[in-house]
Amino acid sequence: MFTAGEYDVIVIGAGHAGVEAGLAAARIGCRTLLATLSMDNIALMPCNPSVGGPAKGHLVRELDALGGEMGVNADKTCIQFRMLNTGKGPAVHALRAQADKKLYQFTMKETCENTPNLDVKQILIDDILIEDGAVKGVVVETGETYLAPAVILATGTYLRGRIIIGEHTYTGGPNGQRAAMKLTDSLKKAGVRLMRFKTGTPARVDARTLDYDKMQIQPGDDEARNFSFMSDVTTREQIPCWLTYTNEKTHDIIRRNMSRAPMANGIIEGIGPRYCPSIETKILRFPDKERHQLFLEPEGIHTNEVYVQGMSTSMPMDVQFEFLHTIPGLEHCHIMRAGYAIEYDCIDPLQLKPTLEFKDISGFFSAGQSNGTSGYEEAAAQGIIAGINAAMFIKGEEPLILKRSDAYIGVLIDDLVTKGTSEPYRIMTSRAEYRLLLRQDNADQRLTPLGRRVGLVSDARWVRFEEKQSQIEEVEQQLQSTVIHPNQETQQRLESAGIDPIRTSTTLYDLLRRPGVTYETLKRGFDLPDISTEVRQQIEIAITYEGYIRKQKEQVAHMEKLESKLLPEDIDYQEVPSLREEAREKLALIRPRSVGQASRISGVSPADISVLLVWLEQQRRLQQARQKGEE
Amino acid sequence: MQQGDTISAIATAPGAGGIGVIRLSGEHAVAVADRVFTSKSGRKLAELDTYRAAYGRIVDEQGHTVDECVALVMRAPHSYTKEDIVELQCHGSSQALKTTLSLTWRCGARPAERGEFTKRAFLNGRLDLTQAQAVMEIIEARTDRSLEMAAGHLTGRFSEKIHAMRQSLLAMIAHIEATIDFPEDGVDEVVAESIRQEVTQLREDIEKLLRTAHTGRILRDGLLTAIVGKPNVGKSSLLNALLREDRAIVTDIPGTTRDAIEEYANVGGVPLRIIDTAGIRATDDAVEQIGVEKARGYVEKASLVLALFDGSAPLSSEDREIAALVDGKETIALINKADLPQTVTPEELRGILPENTPVLAVSTKTNAGFSELEQLVVSRVYGREEAGDEGTFIDDGRQADILRRVDGHLGEALMTISRDLGLDFISIDLRSAWEKLGELTGETVGEDIIDEIFSRFCIGK
Repeated sequence: MFTAGEYDVIVIGAGHAGVEAGLAAARIGCRTLLATLSMDNIALMPCNPSVGGPAKGHLVRELDALGGEMGVNADKTCIQFRMLNTGKGPAVHALRAQADKKLYQFTMKETCENTPNLDVKQILIDDILIEDGAVKGVVVETGETYLAPAVILATGTYLRGRIIIGEHTYTGGPNGQRAAMKLTDSLKKAGVRLMRFKTGTPARVDARTLDYDKMQIQPGDDEARNFSFMSDVTTREQIPCWLTYTNEKTHDIIRRNMSRAPMANGIIEGIGPRYCPSIETKILRFPDKERHQLFLEPEGIHTNEVYVQGMSTSMPMDVQFEFLHTIPGLEHCHIMRAGYAIEYDCIDPLQLKPTLEFKDISGFFSAGQSNGTSGYEEAAAQGIIAGINAAMFIKGEEPLILKRSDAYIGVLIDDLVTKGTSEPYRIMTSRAEYRLLLRQDNADQRLTPLGRRVGLVSDARWVRFEEKQSQIEEVEQQLQSTVIHPNQETQQRLESAGIDPIRTSTTLYDLLRRPGVTYETLKRGFDLPDISTEVRQQIEIAITYEGYIRKQKEQVAHMEKLESKLLPEDIDYQEVPSLREEAREKLALIRPRSVGQASRISGVSPADISVLLVWLEQQRRLQQARQKGEE
Repeated sequence: MQQGDTISAIATAPGAGGIGVIRLSGEHAVAVADRVFTSKSGRKLAELDTYRAAYGRIVDEQGHTVDECVALVMRAPHSYTKEDIVELQCHGSSQALKTTLSLTWRCGARPAERGEFTKRAFLNGRLDLTQAQAVMEIIEARTDRSLEMAAGHLTGRFSEKIHAMRQSLLAMIAHIEATIDFPEDGVDEVVAESIRQEVTQLREDIEKLLRTAHTGRILRDGLLTAIVGKPNVGKSSLLNALLREDRAIVTDIPGTTRDAIEEYANVGGVPLRIIDTAGIRATDDAVEQIGVEKARGYVEKASLVLALFDGSAPLSSEDREIAALVDGKETIALINKADLPQTVTPEELRGILPENTPVLAVSTKTNAGFSELEQLVVSRVYGREEAGDEGTFIDDGRQADILRRVDGHLGEALMTISRDLGLDFISIDLRSAWEKLGELTGETVGEDIIDEIFSRFCIGK
């Protein structure tokens, strides 16, 4: 066996999970190998060109706050930014951008290639080396071996990938790439449980053949926005998207051809995501809906390819041609790439710890779409955590586990490893119970100190973060300590600021609570420092929503007691008396890390949790007694 | 070590002895007790040292006295649970005890789970290691009684109503969440005004259910009933007729007033808890000695008065006194001895009774008029409710407590709408209400909201 190299960490796959994992491990200081089956497809965006949106945008901000790359890369390469949900409350404001796909990829490739400690190689991995329950390295299809005590699986949709267009199928990854056909067997041999999922993508059409007069323009925001807390971009060229709709004619064509849909005729076996249905699924499930909206999204500045968002399909080509031409603006469109469905193997994430390491294979981690998720952002978020924890594993340090109250990343991973998933998992704000605390505006306050702890946050980022924090504190301090009295001078100042007069003495801080009063209005009447939008936002949100925020913090503190009670990894649940049988089975399968995690397993009741708590205390005291006896 | 929430429960066996104890444990035990208890001396329990007691009254939100009480304060860590504990030793009926308990829930405590005091005692190191097994058995996860009980209490229409409320909340939440999570998917915008109307409707429904709490309590605890009438009018015969075998309710709940044994008569499905049956029986066959003075005492206590008059003899001054006595009370006047020649007409009797008192001719000998009596009793009990189905009544304090909290969250949702804080915040309030309501049905929060979003809205790109 020829050993071609030795590393601390090997990452299999260089998609959105893989690059974050590789960059994180390398930046923390591990010698890292990033294996991709095509150098030209690092950080490929095989589906839509957009990054962010509700909950997904939150993930990007969070992984940026930890020191990840997706936010920075999107800021450098996106051609449209919009803040969504602005009228619905600060916690659900969500940044969404349109990337120039190729620019996004090549910029990420450049970053990876120039990161110290990181080797990028075009190799296809066939086998994972495991000895005595611990990972040792990987074997390449051409026979050479790379050794490492930590390996991260980030194979996306490439594991036994199969493309389906109507009756035509072939093995392959997205966009005509190769599939990894042998790795599945290697995983099975290691005892890993697999699932088969499916996803799809719409056709790309030629921009020159679209009739823009028949569609509505969707421009970006006037204000320049950024994902990264480190980006200072203030102006950016923005390219619009276009909105159009399907109609009865489109639906008729699809209905007439429904028997030829691979979903209907049994060609597709994998389970698809509910939130990303193909157009044929939409028409089947919502027969009364008269039209479905479609967004025409440019795939980049140097291409005429336009993505038909909302029209994902695996219908035969003649049907795709026919129905696209019924759509206003697309009557004469030329298809450049066909829509297709892809089926792939992924692992059952219940086999993972919250660190994303396999419970039964030491040093073997898994991240991204191969864990049963969907979406670039979900993949990247897992990638950075797997990368960090592989590095912590190498260094023998405490792993990073984000709680549901810390981050959407915590919600995502906790859901995966506690509840598993029966369809490609997508993050949503409604999955978070402490949504008000997990805002995109405060991701840095929540996570940058944690990123610093593991060694991923650079000095530059840390300095910037600390400056912002101290400014927030100073201004809050000043607002709280400035007491104004209802005298003539005050009332004049208030009037000049356009604020109603006060009747009793009050602080500027309390004045900010009044509806309609902002820092800017206060500043007109009182001597207050100039501060950045970000600082101002933190102060205003903290004051305006104080009551709600306090309530959620109380809930978190309450839950914290259960989260901090750790369950030993080797508990034999048969030994715990008085548990219900269902709870016993689920607990034994999932092996939760803490009582808090156990309480979220479906089939484990509050009474089971009480029993567990009592049992834990019993064990603790028994152990104490034993230790005393030994002394 | 304090475990967080303050919990409360009745700590004595039901009905045993003359004293009932409510135990509160947790960080806010003393503060909660201070909200329900007013000491005679005017001192707050918060000012008391550990293991000190105060005498006073339990007073509800309206300022009405519920019961006499001795409150005992035990401060952490010198208590059974090693948390702050207050014991309220009450003297009144089991009903007063339950009223006091639900008062503690409205004032910041929550119902203790099965075995929770013992669990806390153990977790806080109060109990010996050998007792761990016993503690786990008390909690009894294997059969999970609490869930069964929650489900068991939900019968028929009541359960349907709760489910309907949850469903309507879920639909609102799913709509809001769909617009938040999929802002560009063409989901119709949520109109705050329609949410406001729906929430207002839900609050009205809850209000109606809460009004049935009264009936539910009667159905569970019995309607405290006094039988009054001048000597020899036939009170004990009436009692016996009411208690005849097929009406008798076999009950193992011993008397909860200290001075008399109670018996239950099933009248049209309504348990009548008849005051001082022993006293009535004692006079059986002898000259009935229960005079007007004693009758006054009964009437005061009773929720329903059965006033008995002799139809075969002219109305006496005692009859007039009795008739005056029942003023302001739920009363049914019975003209007994309908089997004998009648000298008193219903009209005549109505003339001396408070206005609108129903008058019925009965015979304790032939049982004539008893089915009409049943109907009257039933309509008295159910009459004030809109629904006439037994299943729709709330029958326990915990259910009422949960509904009140749900109502509180819905009230907050209306505030949020009026303050125009944004959809996210409306959703927070509605979710709290929805989750709380789930405690009634024993359903836990799962993927319901997300399932609802995908089944209702065509979402996805």
